[in-house]
Amino acid sequence: MEQIPFFIFAAIAVLSAIGVISVKNAVHGAFYLMITLLQVAAIFILLRSPFLAAVQVFIYVGAVMVLFLFAVMVLDIGKEELRETFNQQGVIAIPAVLVMLALIGYMIIGGKVLAPAGNLTDDVLIGNSTEVLGKELYTKYLFPFEVVSILLLIALVGAIVLVMKDRKR
Amino acid sequence: MPSALNALNLNFSTIWPEIILTAVAIIILVLDFFVKKENKSILGYLSVLGLLAVIPVAAMTVDPAPSFGGMVRADGFSAFFNVIFLISAVFTVLISMDYMEKMNIQRGEYYYLTLFATLGMMVMASANDFVNLYVGLETMAISFYVLVAIRVDNRKSVEGALKYFVLGALSSGILLYGIAFAYGFSGTTSLTGIASIGSRLSSQSPFLLLALALIIVGFGFKIAAFPFHSWSPDAYEGAPVPVAGFLSVGSKAAAFAVFVRVFVAAFPAFHGHWVDLLWILSAATMVYGSVVAISQKNIVRMLAYSSIAHAGVMLMGLLVYNDIGSAGILYYLLVYTFMNLGAFAVITMFIRKDGRGSDLSDYRGLAAARPLWAFFLALFLLSLAGIPPTGGFTAKFFILAAAINARYYWLAAIGVLSTVIALFFYAKVIFYMYMNERADAEDLPVMGATYSVVLILTAIGTVITGVYPAPFMDIALKVIKPFFM
Repeated sequence: MEQIPFFIFAAIAVLSAIGVISVKNAVHGAFYLMITLLQVAAIFILLRSPFLAAVQVFIYVGAVMVLFLFAVMVLDIGKEELRETFNQQGVIAIPAVLVMLALIGYMIIGGKVLAPAGNLTDDVLIGNSTEVLGKELYTKYLFPFEVVSILLLIALVGAIVLVMKDRKR
Repeated sequence: MPSALNALNLNFSTIWPEIILTAVAIIILVLDFFVKKENKSILGYLSVLGLLAVIPVAAMTVDPAPSFGGMVRADGFSAFFNVIFLISAVFTVLISMDYMEKMNIQRGEYYYLTLFATLGMMVMASANDFVNLYVGLETMAISFYVLVAIRVDNRKSVEGALKYFVLGALSSGILLYGIAFAYGFSGTTSLTGIASIGSRLSSQSPFLLLALALIIVGFGFKIAAFPFHSWSPDAYEGAPVPVAGFLSVGSKAAAFAVFVRVFVAAFPAFHGHWVDLLWILSAATMVYGSVVAISQKNIVRMLAYSSIAHAGVMLMGLLVYNDIGSAGILYYLLVYTFMNLGAFAVITMFIRKDGRGSDLSDYRGLAAARPLWAFFLALFLLSLAGIPPTGGFTAKFFILAAAINARYYWLAAIGVLSTVIALFFYAKVIFYMYMNERADAEDLPVMGATYSVVLILTAIGTVITGVYPAPFMDIALKVIKPFFM
């Protein structure tokens, strides 16, 4: 039974993803992207990961989309500027993508799925996944977690370096 | 729950080098606010001091037991690579200070971003888990994106940085896709965990094969192997010359560190599969890099293609899949650090603000005007070409010998052939310097003290590894041995 909502969400996600790349208006594209991301959040809930769903909504639907819309607004991208700027790359790209899709599909459908389930303890399944995730982050993944803080610092500094004009010139 | 804590093994002594380096970088970040624009080189000297202080710590941090919940494995292998990263960072910063002044890019960010890039490399080298590996890779990559673009008012710099950024982000995505498949297959991101699950299976899982292919593509971008190389010549040309040198040495060494560790530690059961893929990549990379380098007019672009060809040779060491081949990669990277950064030091010194010195034709008659520079550049180029008695020869020799021992005759033949082709464009520069007359008696820059230090040290490194390679190769063999037990 659970598969029915999954297929609904998945279908809407794929359709609106196609919408993102096919509409000419950048704002419409951004809204389609928002729909896609919301469907993914719904799928996360079906997979019993309320935390990931919340993060998806907060960060992607909330923060990232606002940035997108801001950029569209500030740069004032009209319809005309989003014309086709591809140099016949489609001739190569489309077959390449199709071959890749066919290969991956063949492997998923035809291959024997021998993947063992992850660490799905009762705690995770009942809905405590946020707590489990937090504990994992601060125990097992402590070191990469700390390095990520440096990574964010670098990104912050980098953004400033790239946009700040030299004053003494 | 002390037992669970003990199982995590939060052993801070295994990450001392990373901690100290981060501290140094953050101190420089703070000092940057107080240092006047004209005196930014002070930060450079401080960075060099900090890096020099970390080298002995990094060399002594050897603890093969996995720490931090299996994330970190600070074994001899990572210590060896950490020393390579730190040495290359020291050389890079030393040649940067005069360059930044010359090009009028007086920015303190440059120095601590270089340190953070080194930090990312060190995290990669000791990563025993895909999560840690990826975080380290991004730390390095994002620092490099900014470093390449630091001449924001230069068109070429922005173009190269944009290409590097877009393709780098794409390759990270492909790598993550591969890691996701590996995780989906095995239920763990730990390299040792994946290895133990892979060896238990009787049949090969197509999922893991797909993961392997995607991971090879992701790493192929980072080492600039043939079909994934297109970013590197533009990024090298646009970047400040010292950054191009650091990118070709440090970034490549870090990518090879994870390449070796992932394929030897996590996918040994699949050797039969990845070896064919790497065979093609290696052969194509060697031939393509050497052939395309011939037609280059710009010396930095030429070295970019030469660096692509070198990556192909090193891939050969990986695919023979024994301790001698892998130790050959380590040794090769050590030698490459000296000879390539030496060559980049001469170019950095010679290049002028208006761009003179970047074309091959600018090197005409350099031997008459500046015999010492021409001598150094010739030494490094001969070493890059693999002429005895330099380190470049012994490095190529070890890897080719390992390939022949493992019966990869065709690949070794292609390797020798590409070396012969490569000799042509290296020799061309030497020919320009020694056989041609200088057209104009222009004002050549003088050789600063920092350049002399770098040139002398890199020249010593290049020659010693050439005439007395045994101790270095012994260390490389010793640190790689546990991988093949």
